[in-house]
Amino acid sequence: MHEVAAAPAWVSLAYLVSGVLFILALRGLSSPASSRRGNRYGMAGMLIAVVTTLVTHEVASLPEILIAIAIGGVIGFVTAKKIAMTDMPQLVAAFHSLVGLAAVLVAIAAYLNPEAFHVLDPSGLDILQVSRIEMGLGVAIGAITFSGSVIAFLKLNGNMGGKPIMLPGRHIINLGTLAAIIVLVGVFHLNTPELFVAIVVLSFIIGFLLIIPIGGADMPVVVSMLNSYSGWAAAAMGFTLHNTAMIITGALVGSSGAILSYIMCRAMNRSFISVIAGGFGGDTGGAAGGEAKEQRPWKRGSAEDAAFLMGQAEQVVIVPGYGMAVSQAQHALREMGDLLKAEGVKVKYAIHPVAGRMPGHMNVLLAEANVPYDEVFELEDINSEFSQTDVAFVIGANDVTNPAAKTDKTSPIYGMPILDVANAKTVLFVKRSMGGVGYAGVDNDVFYMDNTMMLLGDAKKMVEEIVKSMAH
Amino acid sequence: MDFISILSIFVMACFVGYYVVWSVTPALHTPLMAVTNAISSVIIVGALVASAAAGSVVAKYLGLGAVVMASVNIFGGFAVTERMLAMYKKKEKKG
Repeated sequence: MHEVAAAPAWVSLAYLVSGVLFILALRGLSSPASSRRGNRYGMAGMLIAVVTTLVTHEVASLPEILIAIAIGGVIGFVTAKKIAMTDMPQLVAAFHSLVGLAAVLVAIAAYLNPEAFHVLDPSGLDILQVSRIEMGLGVAIGAITFSGSVIAFLKLNGNMGGKPIMLPGRHIINLGTLAAIIVLVGVFHLNTPELFVAIVVLSFIIGFLLIIPIGGADMPVVVSMLNSYSGWAAAAMGFTLHNTAMIITGALVGSSGAILSYIMCRAMNRSFISVIAGGFGGDTGGAAGGEAKEQRPWKRGSAEDAAFLMGQAEQVVIVPGYGMAVSQAQHALREMGDLLKAEGVKVKYAIHPVAGRMPGHMNVLLAEANVPYDEVFELEDINSEFSQTDVAFVIGANDVTNPAAKTDKTSPIYGMPILDVANAKTVLFVKRSMGGVGYAGVDNDVFYMDNTMMLLGDAKKMVEEIVKSMAH
Repeated sequence: MDFISILSIFVMACFVGYYVVWSVTPALHTPLMAVTNAISSVIIVGALVASAAAGSVVAKYLGLGAVVMASVNIFGGFAVTERMLAMYKKKEKKG
């Protein structure tokens, strides 16, 4: 009864092909030119995996399955079409939570119906020990992904404050819970349903606890990390199902998220551990540092001044940050760029890896506003150019331009690679007010330089005014 | 397949992932996250197995729930990636 005939060879091959297509999907992203073809490979891979699964199983409930796919498909498709590009970080977090929850449900289903998943031991009465550990891992990672992503979503979407929430003794609570989960997964070869339930519950809790103390500016790391977890969850379920497509995909996604987290941490010169420990981005350090430095002279400029300065320039480098996304200034910014180009000014964009709330956030927004991608440069490619730049136009970015990262060893952002806007002949700094001091809570010396002009106001309105004065 | 063969595939795939992801241009990191999201929903395979099988009714409905979620991700993930990638344009050549 429980002896299952080996699946025909073509089935394994089909899953393998689907796995390879997923690799090609990521490979396509090495350049914008090949990226869309890559995305199609991904879709083809998914189609192959789904169809293969459906035709090789005795499906007792095909209509229900098709309805389920249709419901999910419509929700997903409509959301994808409607979502504003500035809301992309929230959307990605929401998607991660779904992968996590789906993994949890699949693991529970496998536990309840082990025969369907071919994970019974030769006696046919009990689940294989190794499968139980895989299931335990899958359900734990899935649950952490789910609750962690829900918190990340609420923070990114503004339903929950971006400030870190610090519980007393949280490190001990977190480490204790994690240790408990690991021990429970380890002893899950003793087949008791209570153990399984305990793993699920504790994992939901730890996902929640891990993310609440992490502040808004660290969200790029969190989103990447959850991306990685969703991959490992899929891989763990792939082990349970002995499915090549799931294992390859899980490994790809897992490493992708891990690499992105690493890139983000490196771009902030922080260790992964210190990000996970949380607490960064609160008010604690900022208040003390701010008072000592108050009352330094700074210059305020108007939109007309800015329009004049940039009109006279040979090269303008625009440095966008999260503030640009918040005020949706990317379209106005592109218009400004077009007017400058029409006057013969060279316009370039400089992107810091952690600008915004997720990796590549600024690039997508600029692309949305029709800025050609060959005018957009990464930090290491453009940093040497600031000394030959007439105007650096900083809009909604702060910490990523702060020279304290290079000079002040006591600064919380010391060691972080920055965009050297201070080297430009003139710095135009668009900022809401002189009060706020970025997420790291550090004052920025660039504000007080002789060659800096502060343009105070809403980023989008300011750029629109500049565009107006240029048009005259 | 025995555990060791599966583990071998997994380890190899991790290395492939490592090299492929490093070659992704930073400008496309957001689409990378969206598309990895879509493909990690290959977990739908497990959801389909659960919902197709006779046996446990609870398992079937859990499976169907997972099918809905994975489908949201698959359709949503690929569609939003497609939408983003369509926006990346090169400078128009004059003339």
